[in-house]
Amino acid sequence: MPTPAGGAPVVEMAGVRKLYGEVEALRGVDLRIEAGEVVAVLGPNGAGKTTAISLLLGLRAPTEGTVRLFGRPPEDRRARTRRGAMLQESGVPTNLTVGELVDMFRSFYPASLRRDDAIGMAGLADKAKSQAGTLSGGQLQRLYFALAVCGNPEALFLDEPTVGMDVAARHAFLDSIAEYGRQGRTIVLTTHVMDEADALADRIVVIAKGRIIADDTPQGIKSRAAGKRVRFRTPDSIEPGSLAALPVTGVSISGGEVSFLSGAPEPVLAELFRRGIAIEELEVGGADLEDAFLALTGPDGPTCGGSRGPDPAATVTDEATR
Amino acid sequence: MSELARPPVEPVLPAPVWPMLRLQALAQARIFWRTPALSIVSLLLPIMLFVFFGLPNASTPYLPGVTLGTYMLASFAAYAVASTMVFGFGVTLALARGQRIDVLMRSTPLPGSIYMLARAVAALGFGLLSLVALYAVAIVAAGIRLGPDVWIEMTLWMLLGAIPFIFFGFFIAYATSPSSAPAVANMVFLVMAFASGLFVRLDQLPDFLATIAPYMPTYHYAQLAWASIGAPSQPVSTSVAWLVGYSVVFFALALWAYRRDARRRFG
Repeated sequence: MPTPAGGAPVVEMAGVRKLYGEVEALRGVDLRIEAGEVVAVLGPNGAGKTTAISLLLGLRAPTEGTVRLFGRPPEDRRARTRRGAMLQESGVPTNLTVGELVDMFRSFYPASLRRDDAIGMAGLADKAKSQAGTLSGGQLQRLYFALAVCGNPEALFLDEPTVGMDVAARHAFLDSIAEYGRQGRTIVLTTHVMDEADALADRIVVIAKGRIIADDTPQGIKSRAAGKRVRFRTPDSIEPGSLAALPVTGVSISGGEVSFLSGAPEPVLAELFRRGIAIEELEVGGADLEDAFLALTGPDGPTCGGSRGPDPAATVTDEATR
Repeated sequence: MSELARPPVEPVLPAPVWPMLRLQALAQARIFWRTPALSIVSLLLPIMLFVFFGLPNASTPYLPGVTLGTYMLASFAAYAVASTMVFGFGVTLALARGQRIDVLMRSTPLPGSIYMLARAVAALGFGLLSLVALYAVAIVAAGIRLGPDVWIEMTLWMLLGAIPFIFFGFFIAYATSPSSAPAVANMVFLVMAFASGLFVRLDQLPDFLATIAPYMPTYHYAQLAWASIGAPSQPVSTSVAWLVGYSVVFFALALWAYRRDARRRFG
């Protein structure tokens, strides 16, 4: 892994809190990302992902704590010159063409890619002469990608980059991002899609309710899932509360279909049999990343990383002030 | 992908400013040109108004050595450039804010000052274009003949004196919501222009308008055009002083509105 000159990490957040009025979007975040890492920030909607990216890009100021990009304040032009960004909620002049926009953005950076290379990387070669307003949702996302990479930046920040893309377009697009990462660039992307994080990142930071609740490799995150995923059907009605005393998480009960995670599935099932619950089509399988994610962020709150006390606010929205 | 340049090694110097400014101004000019609702109005409306108000009595003598046609040409030259600043700079800025293009630009290394300067350069370019189009109609349709020094003097005064209207547009763009900015700009500017004797000349304005005219920025701006053709009603230094004052006031208001918006959306 290349070490950054001057020793400063690409990203450094220390004790960062962010309030939008009364709403606390980030509740004390510490994060350090070194050059060359590909990091996925994973979390449900409203977890604080967009806020975290906005702070790293200097688009928002922290209420408390410090944010550094390449060792500088993120709004410093020297820091901004070393990163490209793809935002979730930004617009583009609709009556400029893809080529004109890429040329404009290339002028912001000292050592830009060639125009055709940037457009090609984003898979928009046949759209270079089209105005941005005529592009589909997925093509527009790829245009934003072209604008983010055309300056040949050392670090890329991508906020929910695959929103609005169909499955095929998404795979091709993820390949483009992975390719950029393989060239030694730092990539930080937010997503709420597990397989995206799994396929792309070598480190996953799970964020929920404004806090980092896990920070590990995809393998490590999966291993935190509470053992096994148990699924069965039952004609009997089960109250979710009746499972509360058992060592289970991620409980879902709907239409006679019951599913939960447990580190000790055998005694749990023994207890259910003892209660005389009819169990049909029983499946017990290994937990996947999605299960791990549910276990970490589920309604019962974090199941690992220690006790964090009660949460004062029930919901947090990224754009609460808009 | 092996042919891609390697990422630059520290220290990274910011990109040079001149190509940034040039490409940004070019992009803004294209955006304006490709928005006919703005560009057509900016270029054609002053000509149409001149044809309606100035052409019928174009050769009637008005002041010693100045025909009514020449006087109205100067009035609409002021109207043309000032309105291009209000719409070409102000309303397009409000639209960019409404479409969250300003968020995109903030995510790049482009300095905010270059972004604004490029917009001003593009708007002034269109102001010059609207002047040339108006002059052509005045020469061809109204038979107006002025010395080259007069044409040049009027053009330079109009471009230089347009600065307070850039700040005015800046203020409107950030003080109002993006959807109401065009209407607010239209209303305020039209009233200002009318009350300054740009459509109906000063000696024909209703009394109460004639009384407030000398307090309008458009009035002092038009004085520069009228001075170029030898028909001012006050010394040029007075007009310039008023325009400098208005520039300071509008810039202060624009900065206040801009910072208020930045605190809300980027704080």
